[in-house]
Amino acid sequence: MADRPITTLDKVNASLARRYAKERRFRRAGLMAIATGLLFVLLLFTSIISNGYSAFWQTHVKLDITFNAEQLGIGDARDFETLSSADYAALIRTSLKKIFPEVRDRKERRKLYKMISTGAPLLLREILISDPTLVGSHHAIWLPADDDIDMLVKGQIDRTQPEDARRLNNQVIGWVDRLTENGVVEQQFNTTFFTAGDSREPELAGIGGAITGSLYALLVTLLLAFPIGVATAIYLEEFAPKNRWTDLIEININNLAAVPSIVFGLLGLALFINIVGLPRSAPLVGGLVLTLMTLPTIIIASRAALKSVPPSIREAAMGIGASKMQTVFHHVLPQALPGMLTGTIIGMAQALGETAPLLMIGMVAFVVDIPGGPLDPSTALPVQIFLWADSPERAFVERTSAAIMVLLAFLISMNLLAVLLRKKFERRW
Amino acid sequence: MIVERTAPAEEMFQVIHANFGSTVGDLTVAEPRMTARNVNVHYADKHAIIDVSLDIGCHEVIALIGPSGCGKSTFLRCLNRMNDTIESCRVSGEIRLDGQDIYDKNLDVVPLRARVGMVFQKPNPFPKSIYDNVAYGPRIHGLAESQTALDEMVEDSLRRAGLWDEVKDRLQQPGTGLSGGQQQRLCIARTIAVSPEVILMDEPCSALDPIATAKIEELIDELRQNFTIAIVTHSMQQAARVSQRTGYFHLGRLIEVGKTDEIFTNPQHKLTEDYITGRFG
Repeated sequence: MADRPITTLDKVNASLARRYAKERRFRRAGLMAIATGLLFVLLLFTSIISNGYSAFWQTHVKLDITFNAEQLGIGDARDFETLSSADYAALIRTSLKKIFPEVRDRKERRKLYKMISTGAPLLLREILISDPTLVGSHHAIWLPADDDIDMLVKGQIDRTQPEDARRLNNQVIGWVDRLTENGVVEQQFNTTFFTAGDSREPELAGIGGAITGSLYALLVTLLLAFPIGVATAIYLEEFAPKNRWTDLIEININNLAAVPSIVFGLLGLALFINIVGLPRSAPLVGGLVLTLMTLPTIIIASRAALKSVPPSIREAAMGIGASKMQTVFHHVLPQALPGMLTGTIIGMAQALGETAPLLMIGMVAFVVDIPGGPLDPSTALPVQIFLWADSPERAFVERTSAAIMVLLAFLISMNLLAVLLRKKFERRW
Repeated sequence: MIVERTAPAEEMFQVIHANFGSTVGDLTVAEPRMTARNVNVHYADKHAIIDVSLDIGCHEVIALIGPSGCGKSTFLRCLNRMNDTIESCRVSGEIRLDGQDIYDKNLDVVPLRARVGMVFQKPNPFPKSIYDNVAYGPRIHGLAESQTALDEMVEDSLRRAGLWDEVKDRLQQPGTGLSGGQQQRLCIARTIAVSPEVILMDEPCSALDPIATAKIEELIDELRQNFTIAIVTHSMQQAARVSQRTGYFHLGRLIEVGKTDEIFTNPQHKLTEDYITGRFG
């Protein structure tokens, strides 16, 4: 059989091994690409989560507080004015002095008082204002510790370092250890982080203001970008004559999608703030700028969604005498809407994570108050992250990561919503 | 240009030959519903329909046959101006519906398409319920006075499309859930729900199995009592079964037109004969 003529099948068989090997190599390359990608995502998440998870807890110290009218300096008055300006820090000082009677030196005492957050007196003030009858009574109250103490309790301050290289000296560490032994030091869920605005003190700083600012800006963006984007897409795709002008518009929209976002920030600064005269740092202006930035994305996604509606549906409607408008709004739009919504959500997620244009319009300011409306000065979540990343305190490092986690959680849930929408309204023909 | 209907048949035949190019056979009918005269269609630089003239009579089924790309579908789509939706398409010549020029600048295509309905090659029900599919036409044109009237219209249309018994218990289910043949009958019901005068059918059975095809053909025969039907088909047997007149298209020209049995038994033109005997196509 050796001198059997070579058939087609022989040739096919001869090349098989090489063809399969090629396929295996390609598959391996693909798997490696995916593995590398996943590895980096994993690295990102571990680094952020390991850095940031501790920020969701805050060290508190339980102090025995006596609301002494004499110390507060309020006499017999119980009105709001008097209670607001009373000396609550004195109560904390008294309480600490009782625990550490041996500390007599002025400098040392100052260090002792510094262990409790400067926000603690405000907390006491709130308690007393909400219930003035507490004056004279005696309570054990959990008060937030200073950020350095918080770091020490969380193990972020290395006790083995020489004393002068540490933020806390041996004496303070000794006090903290004594308090811990007494069982009056505890890590509690950090609600401040979600409700408060920015602060110079890490233990008082939160993302509440930034989230509110971001939400106002996104609301403005959604209210403007969705209707404008969808209307533009419908007009261009369904009604506009196909000529040089519409081609030009289409090219420009595609180009706008690729313009660096900081350029939109400059445009917003020049147009909305300098010419229109809208207030600086306002979520309204941020929303307007993000609208400009998101519009191309929404228009392109909406046009793609409209294009994917089969022409047979249009013909069916027109074949029984539906007008162009009826065809579009009764049949094409309902089919294209899920795609449009997906595009919008992706665009909104992009807008939520955008920092650069907001820097240009002044949303980068240090804002302590939580904005009450879209015209109040405010920051946005990514800008807050940028600001905190710049702060030297160790406690802001974990807060930066925690804020990133919150931002990522928002982004992931928005993308998830987009995926769910797409799944739910999958093609029905 | 309208042919004088009072002229004797022989004389008219001469006129036709003189004016309407190469078409063999009598392209006029005694009682035309639609008349097309010297219709030319261009797609960008392609001359898709060349000088076609044809009458479509009341209550007749006219079949348009011919090889792929011969322009029969294009011609059909001219009859309710569906070609308007194609950007590069230009139509010249004259098409009249009951004596009214449908390419008149002042004519509104919306009522025109209500009068000249269309059924497409692929069944294309709306992704809505069976009821809403049929009710859509009456709704947009405001044909029903009340909900009861609309219900009656839907039932009547579905009955006439021979679909009522199969779907009466599931009117609220999506039309896209029906079988191919049922979907096509649903599309026919949807078309007749607006009571058009003419129904254009563009290869309505090409996506269907033989049993569904037979049902549609039966239906076409029944619909002839009330409607004028122009049907484009690839199946010569189908043309022979359902139509009274047949037109044969070739490369954009209407080669021959005449009574269906005559076309199939005794074609006059060489091209028609070649196509019908299966020498090409």
